[in-house]
Amino acid sequence: MSGSDLPRTPAVLMKGIVKRFPGVTANRGVDFRILKGEIHSLLGENGAGKTTLMNVLSGFYQPDEGEMFVNGQKVSFRSPRDALDHGIGMIHQHFQLVRNFTVAENIILGVPGPWTLNMDNVEKSVDEISNRYGLAIDSRAHIWELSVGEQQRVEILRMLFRKVNILIMDEPTSVLAPQEIESLFETMRKIKNEGRSVVFITHKLEEVLEISDYITVLRRGKVMSTVRPEKVRERDGTVSTELARMMVGREVILEVGKQPMKTNRVLLKVDNVSVMGDRGELAVKGISFTVRKGEIFAILGVAGNGQRELVEAIVCLRQKQGGQILLAEKDISACLDSIAYIPEDRTGLGSVPDMPLMENVALTNRARFSKGPLVNWKAVREKALGLIQEYNIAAPSLEMKARQLSGGNLQKLILAREFTQDPLLLVAEQPTRGLDIGATEEVWQSLLRQREKGAILLVSGDMKEVLSLADNILVMFRGQAMDIISGEDEKGIERIGPLMAGLR
Amino acid sequence: MESGALFVAKISITSSMAVLYATIGEIFAERSGVLNLGVEGMMLMGALSGFATVHATHSLWLGVGVAMAIGGVFALIHGFFAITLKVNQVVSGLALTLFGIGLSDFLGRPLIGKVSVKFEPVSLYPLYKIPVLGDVFFSHSLLVYPAYLLVPAAYLFLYRTRYGLELRSVGENPSAADTVGIAVARLRYCYTFLGGVLAGLGGAYLSLAYTPGWKEQMTGGQGWIAIALVIFAMWDPLRAAGGAILFGFINAFQFYCQAAGITVVPGYILRMLPYLFTIGVLVIITRWEAARKRVGAPSALGIAFEREE
Repeated sequence: MSGSDLPRTPAVLMKGIVKRFPGVTANRGVDFRILKGEIHSLLGENGAGKTTLMNVLSGFYQPDEGEMFVNGQKVSFRSPRDALDHGIGMIHQHFQLVRNFTVAENIILGVPGPWTLNMDNVEKSVDEISNRYGLAIDSRAHIWELSVGEQQRVEILRMLFRKVNILIMDEPTSVLAPQEIESLFETMRKIKNEGRSVVFITHKLEEVLEISDYITVLRRGKVMSTVRPEKVRERDGTVSTELARMMVGREVILEVGKQPMKTNRVLLKVDNVSVMGDRGELAVKGISFTVRKGEIFAILGVAGNGQRELVEAIVCLRQKQGGQILLAEKDISACLDSIAYIPEDRTGLGSVPDMPLMENVALTNRARFSKGPLVNWKAVREKALGLIQEYNIAAPSLEMKARQLSGGNLQKLILAREFTQDPLLLVAEQPTRGLDIGATEEVWQSLLRQREKGAILLVSGDMKEVLSLADNILVMFRGQAMDIISGEDEKGIERIGPLMAGLR
Repeated sequence: MESGALFVAKISITSSMAVLYATIGEIFAERSGVLNLGVEGMMLMGALSGFATVHATHSLWLGVGVAMAIGGVFALIHGFFAITLKVNQVVSGLALTLFGIGLSDFLGRPLIGKVSVKFEPVSLYPLYKIPVLGDVFFSHSLLVYPAYLLVPAAYLFLYRTRYGLELRSVGENPSAADTVGIAVARLRYCYTFLGGVLAGLGGAYLSLAYTPGWKEQMTGGQGWIAIALVIFAMWDPLRAAGGAILFGFINAFQFYCQAAGITVVPGYILRMLPYLFTIGVLVIITRWEAARKRVGAPSALGIAFEREE
């Protein structure tokens, strides 16, 4: 193992960890060590085994093979409690907080102590810790009153309250705004400076360079390398392609080879459409645009400026207040068979999380696979297997449930399913949100392939994505179309930023 | 009229006790996330086993103990299905009730009409001397008084102790509780058991104090009333006490009408009153509470816990 240049006993040493799940081996003999007082990044794509490895360390899973040592002592954890007793605590991606409890109640929960509970004292000591680490929070507030960033602070406070020495954070930055990320890093450094260690799980390369003392790259359940950030930083401060290659196992090309658009007939015509939002306000105010065959038309804007309402009106999930939406010169409500929709909410709208993959594949393709009331499951199975092959989806079996797939694989499955319908119009909402580089690239490539066959309406808040893919870009702000800019128009592209902020 | 009011007040207390014990028990079970619709069955088994024990041994307290134990064991059957096997809790609970009704009916047949010792009213000395209140609250059998302590104790336990916090967390978000090292399944078993123990006690109160003796289905749906009261009480022991006494009051009012020979309304309509009242209150309270967005059912009520793989 590299990094033996420091003569310290590792706070944690994991040796030869193997963890198998039905059909997948998530960790294949992983060696990992954490030193005292370091921030150690665990980098890898979705499904590389980062979270599994840390779930083993924090007692959620028992490894099938391998040994663990804490401060040189051999340990084996049967539950999270055992790990906590050894000073190891993990903050999961989905926060483990009781929504109806207050901040202080959540923090004291499960902490050993006398059986009576004096909440005033608890609140006082919570306030004290939150002041010391600069984690501003009202200890009397209920969790449901807090933003995601604040909830994360509660999770951190809870670990600090328990005086953990090893704090594991699973993709903590994925839910945060840029300035929140900065203050999270500040807190991580404070913890580190006290001689405690932080394990930072992520798939974002830039963040890793900024914060880590050591970087361990995992790929397909194996450690690729453990390096110092200096070794993988280019002169100009950017991440070397080497790190990305270690992570993905091949060269990542985020430049997509896009062919220029051919002028074709208009497929989708949105004419002066207005839509109400959930609270009865006018969320979309008279928007018009057209999308041609072979075009990727992007709607770009900061979340909450009416994009969702507009899309829902187009796919007929929401009543429009005025205007016209025509697909191939017919009213869109008559053409639902020709539209495919890839919703932002993958597990809520895009799939049924508790149903097997095979049934999820059949969901929007029922007509194709059924004769009268009967579904031809054999045909579904063949189709599903074909899609898994074609779209490179890491799914061990068709019987596994959709929620057991990682985000990237689930998204690829949904895309694959929708493409099989040969839609005239494909509506894709935030198609790569939360995906790692490899999956993002694959999704982009599939979208570009689909573009040859029909029209794509892409809704995204990610400027990079929009600029890589779109032929035309509509910038939305407060329910209005600020402008429509061609993807080729260099001058126009410079105006996108201000337009998103409402400046013409 | 004065004595009439006193009569109604006293009967309100005595006829609310069985439901009160069962309700508090069910609150504990449901707060831990286990919905046990077997209350009626557990109460019947408690009533029968308690009476049978007293009939055989003439020991009242042994009868109470056996009733509580049998109630607890019955609850554990549900616990095994709901917690370990993760079966649908509604189905398992209903099965438990049907089983309890059938079994108690079958086993209890030789005991129908038998008479034995029973809990007699015992005036609780100094408190009994309080004018009016003393007579209403402190002139009952010894099975009534523990309830006066149980209600505040349950409340304090739920909201003022570490164990209460853990109990509530298991019912609200078992996965969060698991993360901080709380043994979810163990706690759910404990409180399901406690729920059964208290339902058994409620049953014993019926067969040993309130209407001494055994009769098939003598609970007359009070187990179901208890489940309704849990919702009425929004899973809170103090409000459960209020609800139980309201139920007792309607019951007492009905007795009073019959005893006083008020025949404007037929007797069988009167006997329906407590149940009609429960339904009515339930309708009103759920609508009202939903409108005010108060804290409702434990979020994980009726959902088996499985660590995500």
